[in-house]
Amino acid sequence: MLKYIVKRILSSILVLLGVVTITFFISRVLPSNPEVRWAGQRATEEQLEQARIELGLDKSLPEQYIIYLGDLLQGDLGKSLNNHQPVTEELARYVPATLELVILAFLFAIIIGIPLGIYSAKKKDKLLDHCSRIFSIGAVSLPTFWVALFLQLIFYKILNMLPIGGRLSVEATIFSDVPSITGMLLVDTLLTGQLDLFVDAFRHILLPCITISLYPIGLVSRMTRSALLEILGEDYITAGRSYGLSDTKMLWKYALKNSVGTTATDVALSMGYTLTNTFLVEAIFSWPGIGSYISNAVTTLDYNAIIGVTLFGAVCYIVLNLIADIFVASDPRVRL
Amino acid sequence: MNSFVQTMKPRIRSFRESMYLLARNKLSLFALIILVILVLGAIFAPYIVPYPEDFYDAVHTNEQLLPPSAEHWMGTDELGRDIFSRVVYGARISLTAALAAVGLSLLIGIPLGAIAGSFGGWVDNVIMRITDVFLSFPPLLLAIAMVALLGSSLNNAVLAIALSWWPWYTRLIRGQAISVKERKFVQAAETIGTSRARIIFKHIIPNCISPVIVQASMDIGGVILTVASLSFLGLGAQLPTPEWGLMISTGRRFFPDSWWYCIFPGIAIFITVLCFNLLGDAIREILDPKTRKN
Repeated sequence: MLKYIVKRILSSILVLLGVVTITFFISRVLPSNPEVRWAGQRATEEQLEQARIELGLDKSLPEQYIIYLGDLLQGDLGKSLNNHQPVTEELARYVPATLELVILAFLFAIIIGIPLGIYSAKKKDKLLDHCSRIFSIGAVSLPTFWVALFLQLIFYKILNMLPIGGRLSVEATIFSDVPSITGMLLVDTLLTGQLDLFVDAFRHILLPCITISLYPIGLVSRMTRSALLEILGEDYITAGRSYGLSDTKMLWKYALKNSVGTTATDVALSMGYTLTNTFLVEAIFSWPGIGSYISNAVTTLDYNAIIGVTLFGAVCYIVLNLIADIFVASDPRVRL
Repeated sequence: MNSFVQTMKPRIRSFRESMYLLARNKLSLFALIILVILVLGAIFAPYIVPYPEDFYDAVHTNEQLLPPSAEHWMGTDELGRDIFSRVVYGARISLTAALAAVGLSLLIGIPLGAIAGSFGGWVDNVIMRITDVFLSFPPLLLAIAMVALLGSSLNNAVLAIALSWWPWYTRLIRGQAISVKERKFVQAAETIGTSRARIIFKHIIPNCISPVIVQASMDIGGVILTVASLSFLGLGAQLPTPEWGLMISTGRRFFPDSWWYCIFPGIAIFITVLCFNLLGDAIREILDPKTRKN
């Protein structure tokens, strides 16, 4: 078990090195002229030369690669080509908002998805099962950015129930002292006991959160359903039933426990997908997370920022995969 | 000729059987019909849309941002163009872009997977570690980074999607190739001194391609969504191309007052992708008898 985990961590590090190499390759070899961005459109030839030196582009590619690796080890993702701020610092400022969104979306996915999956497994091939199947295929087929606009249309324009975007209402931002402990407003407002701000923040996070939780809800419910159905067909369940244990008890006590591993893995893996979805949605809800950051970087062609976010996303993805694998390995039925 | 019929017979039978199973599932049959209509619509767009001149950069100054009506089923955009006509034209763009992206990734993925599977050893190791690395980027993110650096255009978006999508096919075909290379006809070809390249391209690839083609057809929906997402971010098709994602992105400026501008192209994406996914689900069920209903 321990040997497997160590081996798995080592291979993750290798993959990480590969990821870094690819991002390096993309940022240095694809035609992009970062020095023009850095020095400005009207820069003279000398200024461009100076910019190349500042960005380290005057050195040979292998040299640049070594420097790049060294910088990354110190957590340095380079500087934004637009405002010359370190990308790492900017990311640190934008990450909490995204994290808050993704975590809440996953809470939704677990609270709604798992019961829905259990229920569809119980009522296999009945109406609700079909509905949940259509819902989950539908959730994968919907363009997330469109769902965001659609929800704004319904809940903001027509029903006027929820705000159109931002993390807090304007009055709250101006008149209240918004705390910053973890950077996640829902947690911070609770910690400082500002309930009115908490409610305001919750009303703001609701629409973006529903938008990005559709996909994981569909996925989690389908995975729970299929894992449960497979387990319900196993011999020990039949044995339990023939002893006269009730169906409910078999389902909740014996079957569900064994399906948790599979579901957890899928939850972890779908987090990567959800992270990308937030990138498409945040700008629509003016949510100040890394999604807005990368949309902004894309429009201003800030390559360092784009590469920084890509690397950050890949690292999250690799770590989630690692956790999922270790989780699966902790299942005693999996012999390693 | 006779031997051709002989070899094709079981394939034709299994094709018929699959069609029967497909037709039995009403939902997937419905999806198939809608897709056929969509493809026909895309092909014959200039003949069936009410305002064929609107698909590119026509301007009708007195018809800007009109809500849906009998003349303009989906309303008009900021230049007075008929949104319905543009949405139908959009099917052309999305379908060809998705086919091109999947086709390109097959072109990269199939040979690499076949080489990895049939050579084994360090070649296999190197190729598979590279695919692992590509698969550890969150979907879409690698494509975003590549198009951003290559320059925004529909062609570059297609290229970037292909460059981030191929590892899935490499993995799939490698698994197939490992088992096919042990088969007698491959060994026979080796014995008579056929070259490695010829064995891979003439014997191994043709014999392990069908699951890859099935997978590729199931992926089309996802790729359409990715193309639309990139265009929405401004990285794919450029104005005034009637691409669905781009239309939503342009329509955002007039949202929520002129809601029809964003909503209808989105419905078009949704229906297309949904149909592809329903069909993909049905294909998977047909191929996997365990999940097949009796």
